[in-house]
Amino acid sequence: MTESPPPVVEMRGISLAFPGVKALQDVDFRLFPGEVHALMGENGAGKSTLIKTLTGVHRPDAGETVLAGEAVAFSSPGEAQHAGISTVYQEVNLCANLTVAENILLGREPRRLGGIDFPAMRRRAAEVLARIGVHIDPASSLSEHPIAVQQLVAIARAIAVDCRVLVLDEPTSSLDAGEVAELFRIMRVLRDEGVAILFVSHFLDQVYEISDRMTVLRNGMLVGEHLTADVDRRSLISQMIGRDLGTLEAIEDAAEKRTAQGPVLVQAEGLGRRGAIEPFDLEIRAGQVVGLAGLLGSGRTELARLLFGADRADSGRLLVDGAPLRLRGPRSAIAAGIAFSSEDRKGEGLVADLSIRDNLVLAMQAARGWTRPLPRRTKDHLVEKYLKALDIRPANPDALVRTLSGGNQQKVLLARWLVTEPRLLILDEPTRGIDIGAKAQIQQLVTTLAAEGTAVLFISAELEEVVRIADRIVVLRDRRKIAELDGSATGVDEVVELIAGGAAPDKEVVS
Amino acid sequence: MTALAPRVPTRFLPVLATVALFVLAFGVGSARYDGFASGQVIANLFIDNAFLIVLAAGMTFVILSGGIDLSVGSVVALSTMITASGLKAGWPVPLVIVVVLLTGSTLGLLMGLVIHKFDIQPFIVTLAGMFLARGLCFLISVESVSIKDKTFRAVATAAIELPGGVTITYNVVIALLVVAAAMYVLHRTRFGRSVYAVGGNESSALLMGLPTTRVKVGVYVISGLCSSLAGLLFSLYMLSGYGLHAVGMELDAIAAVVIGGTLLAGGVGYVLGGLAGVLVLGTIQTLISFQGTLSSWWTKIVIGVLLLVFIAVQRTMVRR
Repeated sequence: MTESPPPVVEMRGISLAFPGVKALQDVDFRLFPGEVHALMGENGAGKSTLIKTLTGVHRPDAGETVLAGEAVAFSSPGEAQHAGISTVYQEVNLCANLTVAENILLGREPRRLGGIDFPAMRRRAAEVLARIGVHIDPASSLSEHPIAVQQLVAIARAIAVDCRVLVLDEPTSSLDAGEVAELFRIMRVLRDEGVAILFVSHFLDQVYEISDRMTVLRNGMLVGEHLTADVDRRSLISQMIGRDLGTLEAIEDAAEKRTAQGPVLVQAEGLGRRGAIEPFDLEIRAGQVVGLAGLLGSGRTELARLLFGADRADSGRLLVDGAPLRLRGPRSAIAAGIAFSSEDRKGEGLVADLSIRDNLVLAMQAARGWTRPLPRRTKDHLVEKYLKALDIRPANPDALVRTLSGGNQQKVLLARWLVTEPRLLILDEPTRGIDIGAKAQIQQLVTTLAAEGTAVLFISAELEEVVRIADRIVVLRDRRKIAELDGSATGVDEVVELIAGGAAPDKEVVS
Repeated sequence: MTALAPRVPTRFLPVLATVALFVLAFGVGSARYDGFASGQVIANLFIDNAFLIVLAAGMTFVILSGGIDLSVGSVVALSTMITASGLKAGWPVPLVIVVVLLTGSTLGLLMGLVIHKFDIQPFIVTLAGMFLARGLCFLISVESVSIKDKTFRAVATAAIELPGGVTITYNVVIALLVVAAAMYVLHRTRFGRSVYAVGGNESSALLMGLPTTRVKVGVYVISGLCSSLAGLLFSLYMLSGYGLHAVGMELDAIAAVVIGGTLLAGGVGYVLGGLAGVLVLGTIQTLISFQGTLSSWWTKIVIGVLLLVFIAVQRTMVRR
């Protein structure tokens, strides 16, 4: 990649402060036509803020943006789109109540005789979809399509205008491997057409596969800009988190050393629910980390929901401390000391408009019962303890949860459950969509909790993580438990083979 | 139903359900009472509810955008008051019409701006607007003011003859024109589609670069305009202006829109649904008056039950 063409976007000295947070400080950023440029950094590093500054959602306090040689200052996303900067956000930002064609062309519908020309609109939408190789009916309602397709529709919308810059903010976080490959194919097509693509992803593999150049941010400041070929992963990660990878190795050691196993805490005997998960046996001991491995839709979450009473089992029974327990709902599970941290941290669990303190206090107070108010001193003490223990940033108990980055929200959610001192903690995808630094901290925390005697059921799509952290690994496929393995003696390859191998689904591997 | 399913998209089902309900209610009436199944009874449904049809059309815009407008009943009353006292003071009819429509739209504009600028719930802002408009009526006069203007009376009593000896009033024509215009705006213009987008997901609409401000304020202007027009129709219907006219009519309008299948959460619904909702309400009223022995309060009871059923049905449909 030569530097012959001038950059299509050049941002110089961008600074932006939110109340109490310096989100960006003097950041420079360049984007060249016909390249895929990865924006790297931990959660809270300022990636999203920089993107939103570029796309007109935020206005910088200082600095200038030059688009194709002209200084610009967008005051709305509409203006930025008009100037040729299109954005696809992490969460699909479309209107599910409208048709695919409308979602692609809303706000720029073809018109005829003063009214919207629907046939022309459907034709135009079909053309755009065909350009990226997606074949769906433009007249169908968007809500009929799975998230992955909606994501592609969002991209179709982005390129339906003459776009010079395409911003993809974590487009892959809800896609499976095949869908990611499809997305990359589309990105390459657009890149070769001369579109400048800004790409954000937490998956390093993807970044190395697709990007030509990268800019690294940390704590709202520019760390560096490199050609992707020039940096190896190790130095990239240390640039992003500002420290080395020793922590991750320590976690693995701890998992191997952790041999002391407490008594059986929770035991499932033939527990199952039709259409969700077939009957399974499972034993979780105090101080043990049990990992659930399997593909999306293999029944991981469904299994966890049965243990938590969020769904009613229609066969088998659950024993807690050796005594059968009939779960009538999450309340009885919580009473039995079972906590469930859901994968949907936005929808379930956190009250985004309350402060960190209030979110934590809510959980403590609920655990104590409403008739016994918590003394202010205890509250402050506990809140401070968890802020520190989980390294929640900003370490300001009055910051609104809404303003925190994904990783920090996850930590607040975890803290919420931890204050109830659960005996079994079920973590469903606790590290999804968060950066390496926060991941390591959460894994570290799980290790510490187990050492203190808490049983943990750890669900993650990332096998490496499961294998690193778990004492025992339960492998699921097609809503069925197919194997249970010893965590310390198992490698990722072995688990992959089990998940992939369809030859002997009934094989019970117990080592 | 299953045979229809592939051809009729699920989004039309609520409207079709309302139409079916209307047909059913009308069928029951025709079977039970002599003279029920006549063209004039249908025409009367339109004549007696023309103002409500217009209100429902305006309300559909607001509800589609995810808002609510509680002020419409009071704006109807205020409009009748301005009309009656204006005519009494000798203003020419065109001037009265312009003043009334301007008042309604301005009130809508103000409410929309307050809702948008200060980010306050539409419920509260339009509740304030409701009290304001109602109070303004009594500022003009605490008494009922009758309308004696000749032109106005001529229009009010004029009958348009349709084939089959059925007669309708100009009110009906105006109401149907409003419905047609509302359908055109909602389905054929960018503004209309943006209303659906804002109601479906406001932050998405903003990020898609749509003019959300214009939509959010615009729907209240439209609703205000429709309310004042409905007020004019109501003046024609009652031939008087009074501060206690149209008490609670905003709730009838909301009920009609919701029974017509429009989601209170916004983003889903049709103007025709509102029209069907009004006709259902009107039919129930007609049924009860034909029955003769039931008190008119039974209308309210039936509307209440219908509303509950429809909201429950909508809820399950959204879940699915």
